[in-house]
Amino acid sequence: MSAIEIHNLSKSFGKVKALDSVSLSVERGELFGLIGPDGAGKSTLFRLLTTLLNPDDGSASVDGYDIVKDYLSIRSRVGYMPGRFSLYPDLSVEENLNFFAALFGVTVEESYDLIAPIYSQIEPFRTRRAGKLSGGMKQKLALSCALIHRPSVLFLDEPTTGVDAVSRSEFWDMLAGLKERGITILVSTPYMDEASRCDRIALCNEGHILGIDTPQNIVEKFDSPLYAVRADNMFTLLESSREVQGVVECYPFGEVHHLVASNDFDVKHYKEALNHIENLTITPTQPTIEDMFIKLMKR
Amino acid sequence: MKGNFLSFVKKESLHILRDKRTMLVVMLIPVVLMVLFGFAISTEVNNINVAVVAPGRTDGVEDAVNRLVANDYFTFKGYISQEQIDSKLRSGEVGAVVCFTSDYDRRVAQVEAGIQSSPVIQVVVDAANVNTAGAATAYLQGVLLGSASQQAMFESRMLFNPQMKSAYNFVPGIMGLIFILVCAMMTSVSIVREREVGTMEVLLVSPVRPVKIIFAKMIPYFVISCIVLTSTLLLARFLLGVPMSGGVSGIVAISLLYLVLALSLGLLVSTIAKTQVAALLVSAVVMMMPILMLSGMLFPIENLPKFFQEVSHIVPARWYIDAIRKMMIQGVPLIAVWKDFVILLGMTIVLITVSLKKFNDKLE
Repeated sequence: MSAIEIHNLSKSFGKVKALDSVSLSVERGELFGLIGPDGAGKSTLFRLLTTLLNPDDGSASVDGYDIVKDYLSIRSRVGYMPGRFSLYPDLSVEENLNFFAALFGVTVEESYDLIAPIYSQIEPFRTRRAGKLSGGMKQKLALSCALIHRPSVLFLDEPTTGVDAVSRSEFWDMLAGLKERGITILVSTPYMDEASRCDRIALCNEGHILGIDTPQNIVEKFDSPLYAVRADNMFTLLESSREVQGVVECYPFGEVHHLVASNDFDVKHYKEALNHIENLTITPTQPTIEDMFIKLMKR
Repeated sequence: MKGNFLSFVKKESLHILRDKRTMLVVMLIPVVLMVLFGFAISTEVNNINVAVVAPGRTDGVEDAVNRLVANDYFTFKGYISQEQIDSKLRSGEVGAVVCFTSDYDRRVAQVEAGIQSSPVIQVVVDAANVNTAGAATAYLQGVLLGSASQQAMFESRMLFNPQMKSAYNFVPGIMGLIFILVCAMMTSVSIVREREVGTMEVLLVSPVRPVKIIFAKMIPYFVISCIVLTSTLLLARFLLGVPMSGGVSGIVAISLLYLVLALSLGLLVSTIAKTQVAALLVSAVVMMMPILMLSGMLFPIENLPKFFQEVSHIVPARWYIDAIRKMMIQGVPLIAVWKDFVILLGMTIVLITVSLKKFNDKLE
């Protein structure tokens, strides 16, 4: 049986449909990513699965327990790290950890082996108030607290938002370590570049799931020619490119613009059409998850 | 699971202890209020300057003036003529003028012999401050009409609080107010804070029932309230000299009940309010105003319009203040205020039931 099973789950807040008939399943020991922008319904899905909210429609189970009927069983066996920092800023690192241990009726010693790779990094600061920690350290403490009772399923809602790039990378290394220990992890992130660190991902937008697959397969499904274009005046380039025949889509992508082409697209013709733009370069490029996301979103 | 409960209490205590400013405010407010109401805001008569108009300075007049001179509450400013009354009062030199009739001795003798007579003393008072004027007049009467037979002509006598000390009146009110402030307001804000900051989300996704966490939250506030209760009682007894002749144990018993009631009120507010600011507002509007206006703390309930008299029945502080006043000042035992006690108990049970039922272990 899968660790998480979701069938046609829906949830509305007033007129806003936060989740619209979402279905997915997460295997045991899998590191599963929910990728999508703010407002995609990721946090709502987390709150439904952690039994903080009741669904309007559909059903779901975590570790074999129904999220409505058996919500108490779920609460004692999952670890949850909400989107915003949810520890006590006026308590020290150590006091926070001890409190969460007490909350689950365990001691820090019992679970020390599990949290050690993470907690040992912030242990030198154990008497410091949690509110005074840096963003990366806060996340490590929050993760330690979420792991203190050896949960079978771990829910991490945007754990790397507001964390610097180095700490983000470290954080994903830690998740890989936890996965090794057999913990099922459902993690959400708005950063597309983090998707490749997951076993499988679901692309979500506005309460819908656009696609579920491994990061690699998702990218491989991208079947249109893709180019990276650049010029001195990037804004004019963006506007003008969209006018050219054979250009399906052109959007900013970091330093360059990505240009999605149809099959009748001709590079030569493109260059001629935009000969008034200085220093124009166009090179074929590999699609990323973000390209796929944009493509699915436009559909 | 018992050790686990204690660690919740510990965590809550740490929150409070680390919030030094709030701690200080909570501990100081009762003291400041007691001193303020007890001394500064005073409706009692103290140091009233009195002048006397006496056309004939007979033995009877001298007697009465001597009693005035000997009294701590009045300062005798000498004899003046009838024409000076208005200017002396107007300039504020004196607060009251006592005028004796020229045939004072003879008329007093008539009264003592049982013969009806018209007034023999006129008191002219500066009534710019109504409270002071009323109290001064009443007290002057008592002082001037020395002999028993003369006093018999008057009905007014102040029982229990003959000097009309305002502290006696305010202490029960302050207690009624301060416990709501500490228990109801602070607990509700602290519960709502968990929800606002997001820690409630994490607390809920745990095997511990939220009710247990809430109870652990209340304990430190209960302890603080007990400290406040002790300091209030000590201040009332030794600084303000409130008699408490009915025994302290009764006062403590009904106060503890009131504390529990305030805590459950705080719990109820926390289930309604979504933000800390809202919790503060609800506490201020729904609890503070009725306590100040409808509990008999500032205004006697009997003087309220009929509608507000009815409303005052549901204000818990009304019953508490009533009971405390009776026990502290009249000196009756707890059993004499059983009605107040039962009403408070009933309110507590209702509040606890409703707030626990309303307390949700989901986010909506």
